[in-house]
Amino acid sequence: MMAARFLRRSIPVLRQARCYADAPSGSSQMSFTFASPTQVYFKEASVKQVDVPTLTGAFGILPAHVPTLQVLRPGVVTVFNDDGSAAKFFVSSGSITVNADSSVQLLAEEAFPLDQLDVAAAKANLEKAQSEMASASDEAARAEAIVKALE
Amino acid sequence: MFARTSSVASIFPILVTIRLKSIKNIQKITKSMKMVAAAKYARAERQLKPARVYGNGAVALYEKAEIKAPEGVANKHLLIGVSSDRGLCGAVHSNVAKAIKAKIATLTGEGKEVMVVNVGDKLRNILGFLWNLVYYHDNNYLLLSCKEVGRKPPTFTDASIVATELLNMGYEFDQGAVIYNRFRSVISYKTDEKPIFSIDTVANSENMGIYDDIDADVLRNYQEFALVNIIYFGLKESTTSEQSARMTAMDSASKNASEMIDKLTLTFNRTRQAVITKELIEIISGAAAL
Repeated sequence: MMAARFLRRSIPVLRQARCYADAPSGSSQMSFTFASPTQVYFKEASVKQVDVPTLTGAFGILPAHVPTLQVLRPGVVTVFNDDGSAAKFFVSSGSITVNADSSVQLLAEEAFPLDQLDVAAAKANLEKAQSEMASASDEAARAEAIVKALE
Repeated sequence: MFARTSSVASIFPILVTIRLKSIKNIQKITKSMKMVAAAKYARAERQLKPARVYGNGAVALYEKAEIKAPEGVANKHLLIGVSSDRGLCGAVHSNVAKAIKAKIATLTGEGKEVMVVNVGDKLRNILGFLWNLVYYHDNNYLLLSCKEVGRKPPTFTDASIVATELLNMGYEFDQGAVIYNRFRSVISYKTDEKPIFSIDTVANSENMGIYDDIDADVLRNYQEFALVNIIYFGLKESTTSEQSARMTAMDSASKNASEMIDKLTLTFNRTRQAVITKELIEIISGAAAL
């Protein structure tokens, strides 16, 4: 059963021809660690997929993804658990590492679950920031507002 | 010294009283310092749990990709010693200073260039005193020194300030280490180090080829972020070790003080009784003479 579940996932990757020959022998599980300096959200958890916004574009990361290093952009990280539920977090910046053994470390400078964010406060902050022409808070508040608008 | 004091004190009970009072005051102070340290330690340990996961995630890349600087080349090394400003915490500062000294000795013995960053005034005092000795006096190893560490719990912002200043100094190091006290338990901590690498070292390391889609900009951002993370991790571990060390130090100080108080109280009573007995004997012998 493990082989069948594994096969389902590895076939799309193989079709891209970016998988290494020994990848099938690696784990079919993703060991996912997602933390901010003050809080840990996932610690070596097994999840199905993670969507991250990076400086070079949005990535969807599945187990046996090609190893890579990326830097995060302000945006929403979506984690799809094994049972199908999705958890969304807003991150301000940070880095993501995908290693060869299918372990993923997502380190965010600031991260909050989306339900902790207040739309009204975010919009008010956005207007204040725009009027002040600040840079970082502007991006963050704007990204927040966009995210809320998208939902 | 104690014997001498007690022989003097056995003549003048007032000296014992003065000493007794001062030791009691000191005991009050150490007891309250212990409670403060215990409260700070509890908070630091709570904050350490997520910080540990975060820090281990940050160094995971270096471990999994087994990044090493090229051997044999005259590398430039950077040592970041993490400690704090405040004393009365046992051997915390001297442990880090000893580790830094040992590393400097081995590295300069191998002909490599070393620079040191101090986080914490105490380190600067200890290391500065040593660097004034003849052995080191030609070399100025100190790159950067940070003060005002230890009063409040360290935050990610503090770590990023240290990293920014360090990078702005422009010292092109190839590899280095953050030396800190890793917290093991309330009564034990161990001096440990975590490696840091420069952008070039990481880019040229053999295993980096398997990492896809990396350009120079991304790698530089990633490295700077990783540096801040490692410094943050070192700061958090260091604070927890320091507070637990201060707690045990103040605890043993209070215990020593109470032992001294017991001994002095006995001496005081003995002295007092001796004086009274002497007066009684004088009175009685005087009365008997009449």
